[in-house]
Amino acid sequence: MKVLVPVKRVIDYNVQVRVKPDGTGVNLANVKMSMNPFDENAMEEAIRLKDAKLASEVVAVSIGVKQAQDTLRMAMAVGADRGILIEAADAVETDIEPLAVAKLLRAVVEAEQPQLVLMGKQAIDNDMNATGQMLAALLGWGQATFASKIELADGRATVTREVDEGEQVVSVALPAVISVDLRLNQPRYATLPNIMKAKKKPLEVKTPADYGVDVTPRLTVLGVAEPPRRAAGVRVGSAEELVQKLKVEAGVL
Amino acid sequence: MAVLLVADHDNRALHDATARALTAAAQMAGDTPVAVLVAGQDCAAVAEQAAGLAGVGSVLHADGAVFAHRLAEPMAALLAGLADGHSHIVAPATTTGKNIMPRLAALLDVMIVSDIIGVEAPDTFVRPIYAGNAIQTVRSADAVKVVTVRGTAFAPATVSIGAGPAPASIEAGAGAADDPGVSAWVEDRVRESDRPDLSSARVVVSGGRGLGSKENFAMLERLAGKLGAAVGASRAAVDAGFAPNELQVGQTGKAVAPDLYVAIGISGAIQHLAGMKDSKIIVAINKDADAPIFQVADYGLVADLFEAVPALEAEL
Repeated sequence: MKVLVPVKRVIDYNVQVRVKPDGTGVNLANVKMSMNPFDENAMEEAIRLKDAKLASEVVAVSIGVKQAQDTLRMAMAVGADRGILIEAADAVETDIEPLAVAKLLRAVVEAEQPQLVLMGKQAIDNDMNATGQMLAALLGWGQATFASKIELADGRATVTREVDEGEQVVSVALPAVISVDLRLNQPRYATLPNIMKAKKKPLEVKTPADYGVDVTPRLTVLGVAEPPRRAAGVRVGSAEELVQKLKVEAGVL
Repeated sequence: MAVLLVADHDNRALHDATARALTAAAQMAGDTPVAVLVAGQDCAAVAEQAAGLAGVGSVLHADGAVFAHRLAEPMAALLAGLADGHSHIVAPATTTGKNIMPRLAALLDVMIVSDIIGVEAPDTFVRPIYAGNAIQTVRSADAVKVVTVRGTAFAPATVSIGAGPAPASIEAGAGAADDPGVSAWVEDRVRESDRPDLSSARVVVSGGRGLGSKENFAMLERLAGKLGAAVGASRAAVDAGFAPNELQVGQTGKAVAPDLYVAIGISGAIQHLAGMKDSKIIVAINKDADAPIFQVADYGLVADLFEAVPALEAEL
């Protein structure tokens, strides 16, 4: 069974995000970029499936600027067998919308014929939480989102999902798209020898035109602003003073 | 504008997030009443409840085993069949809404607008990106706008029964969807709690890694009991196994905006602030005077939480 893992190059989750003064977006120049954290969990799960002989091949795919090949090399350093880069943008600020990404991934799925697509539940840049569900729709496949546990048997995946009320367990027929949550596993680190080896693994470079997909955005970004800042309040000296202030000053007790 | 709102419920009662999403839907609809879809199993009571909300013009009630757990595949198929004639299809940004709506959007070949916190115009929406560190305004050119709504950003629509116009009409047997059969519900594991719902509670008491253990975390339950509060947790506390994931507040958990948010032993990572900084009053209790949580707190108490929390309980 082949597993496809889409990975996205995003601003590192530890970097303080700064909105550009002209309000067109956030500053991504000279900022540390990394693999989207949820995609690391998806990649880790795929490698574990391969280690458990449940998967035969793990293919990583990234859609974005040419620098996304760094993200693919990292995916291969932790265990992906090969990578596919779809160069869909020139400027690092360009974010390809989930609908266009899903259409490109559908084309990759049709070419590669994986039985399972494992992907992060959301990218920490646009926070859309949409690509996996959209891909499943376009393929007519079942979906299991926000997975914290995945078991494969008899052509189905039994998936524990993180939902508002607690957990929900669903069973989806393969092939399927599973989007994963952070608690699924603890992603491994790439070792230096594996980083070196990853440089020799195959990396195919494509464009949206190769797949006949139009990536023109449907949403126009009219502006990006700083969120309203909360002013820091006051320090209180004791629990007693705190309760007094909450009762009298804030009126919330 | 003809707006269809997808109700979130548990077959017995409407989820509070639905009334909040209705407020956003009404802003998109202008003067036109909003239609609400209640899809579920044996959920006539929910349909009646939806019909009683102010601003609802009609309720479409789809009942059947296929909708019992509102799985994404049959729900998106049902909604795609109902899309014709609607300018907007809107749902609360609950885990159910987040599961269904992008699938629907792809079936309609439109781009979803996720987790909105403002409606500027029927085609223009405000939404947080980068864990709320930036706020984006986007305009959709798609024929049908598929939108999910962050509940904390909108006040719940009021119940109109007995206070003005008659409740909306209920149209039973609305739409039918074949079960695509690609997925099946197995089990729900719902934590029973007598605490208020985290997403809509007026007071939230949240704990972080500073609590140190699952046993210590339990002491927040006592404080929450005194305050009539829901209990929340930071991701660090969830990852450490102190609290179950459904209590997680933050970018990857729930967004909350209570009147009072009490952060105990939480340092205040940006991913946590993303889920709670719209709270009306924020209280932070932490022994580290430099913890980032104090930068957003209205009232900060630099103290050992194991002394401060019992002292706080005693004062209440």
